[in-house]
Amino acid sequence: MAYLVSHPDEVKVVSKRFGLGATNLDRYLELDGYKALQKALGMQPDAIIAEVKASNLRGRGGAGFPTGMKWSFVPKQSAKPKYVLCNGDESEPGTCKDRLIFEHDPHSIIEGVMIAAVAVGAKTGYIYLRGEYRYLIHIMEKAVADAYARGFIGKNIFGSGVDLDIYIHSGAGAYEVGEESALMESLEGKRGVPRIRPPFPAVVGLWGGPTVINNVETLASVPHIILNGGQWFADLGTPRNGGTHLVSISGNVERPGVYELALGYNFKKVIYEVAGGIQGGRKLKGVVPGGSSVPILLPEEIDAPFDYEGMVKAGSMMGSSAVIVLDDQMCIVKFALRVMKFYQHESCGWCIPCREGTDWLKKTLIRFHSGGGVMKDIDNMKYLADNMLGRTFCPLGDAAAMPMQSYIEKFRPEFEAHLDGKPCPFEKVAEAAVV
Amino acid sequence: MKFSDQLEQRFASMVTHYPTRRSVLVPMLLYIQDEIGAITDEAIHEIAQRVELSELEVRNVISYYSMMRTHPIGKYNFQICTNVSCLLRGGDDLFEHCRKKLGVGHKESTPDGLFHLEEVECIGACSWAPAMMLNYEFVENLTPAKIDELIEGIKKKEQQ
Repeated sequence: MAYLVSHPDEVKVVSKRFGLGATNLDRYLELDGYKALQKALGMQPDAIIAEVKASNLRGRGGAGFPTGMKWSFVPKQSAKPKYVLCNGDESEPGTCKDRLIFEHDPHSIIEGVMIAAVAVGAKTGYIYLRGEYRYLIHIMEKAVADAYARGFIGKNIFGSGVDLDIYIHSGAGAYEVGEESALMESLEGKRGVPRIRPPFPAVVGLWGGPTVINNVETLASVPHIILNGGQWFADLGTPRNGGTHLVSISGNVERPGVYELALGYNFKKVIYEVAGGIQGGRKLKGVVPGGSSVPILLPEEIDAPFDYEGMVKAGSMMGSSAVIVLDDQMCIVKFALRVMKFYQHESCGWCIPCREGTDWLKKTLIRFHSGGGVMKDIDNMKYLADNMLGRTFCPLGDAAAMPMQSYIEKFRPEFEAHLDGKPCPFEKVAEAAVV
Repeated sequence: MKFSDQLEQRFASMVTHYPTRRSVLVPMLLYIQDEIGAITDEAIHEIAQRVELSELEVRNVISYYSMMRTHPIGKYNFQICTNVSCLLRGGDDLFEHCRKKLGVGHKESTPDGLFHLEEVECIGACSWAPAMMLNYEFVENLTPAKIDELIEGIKKKEQQ
């Protein structure tokens, strides 16, 4: 199981029960569990949504859409049943934070789903976990069963007259299903091919009913917001970037781990203080701040606030707050090749720019990295990426295009160093790509 | 194919969770695979009838999900992550190590049916990289020695 780390600069909200045995329902109750739900049941649905809006909570799955606003798009009256769907398909390379919430605080997720359901008038909530997270599915199934046994879920919860059901659903290995419309397809028992939008899920979602889809961490933040107030949460972060986020740090740092930081914390400090600096005292080459689908940042670009706006200004995106640190021993072409190999593998093939683009990028990079590259390849790869961007149903095409553009723009001399049949300057022994 | 009691129970409870029968498909296929080792023709026939789909539609779903398979594999599935967070900490070398040690390549099983090797995409163990999954179990902060230990342990256990 994943071990926990901590740092004095952390602000623990979502992670405050980590390591305290909160998988046990009694322990969860001792730690203020289900109080927020009871409070929400005594509030007008509009007041719950207003509180979440005031918190400036934004989606922690990657897109950063304001959560309260998303909830407010759900129509009050609907002929079809409404649903809440918790997205636990955590698959963005570099991201391993939702896993800890499932493992250490499963009831907070259930409570968040239930509050969302009360706010939008849904009677059913689904919690979807990626299939690889089998041990967490067991934890979640037990948590749901325990909560049913106490009457916290089911008919007439806490004497409110509200009926609510929660179900756990397993995926079976698919990155793309983390995209909300593909997630709904998967839950409905189909291939995870994205749907065209509009209509958005808040209006036409699961089985055609209005559906709120939020990331695990987003929903786990909600009980804290309801208990302590939206303003309290907003004040922890920076304007328009409320609260805290779980930051998954991986790659070449001294102390990788998942840390909870207030939004707006200095990004350079995330790497050099929280994560203890670069592994073995080596030099920083670049850092990917939000999972493999966002542009890479150079060492001179990282002195910026780590929040949604701060990362955009720095030239990248906050994504899922998955910080991947590269030291000076990593070859950017090899790195790019691994990233493109991933997107090629995960592309569902529905949209041609993504299907063909990822495949040609991967093929070109394999040849390029093994010494068969020509100057024109560099421009061709850039051209491919430019033409994938914004031309697909779901963001998978963009997720491949954006980082590819940044690798070439920021490390062009390193690409050129691979030309003319020269072996990769980073390989100890010249060898063909392992792919 | 006849469902085991456990599968039967799971199916009976899951169909009540959704407004359409086919919604149970993805998790049910995985639970079937866990029990019998693969989603066989008989299993496809059975589940297709139960969720009121054609067998072709079920196969269409199976082919989308990377964890699903229609043929059995070695008993112990070594799934080595080589995606970027693991790559930065030597994940690709570990995959090579496994390949040499087990004598099989990506998505191949050893002739004795004991081991299967796969190079997999990100498994969500990035902060504890390099990492692998042994069937459903995460093994993190992986080293060649740890892999050797796992392999030897399994061989010993299976000889008894």
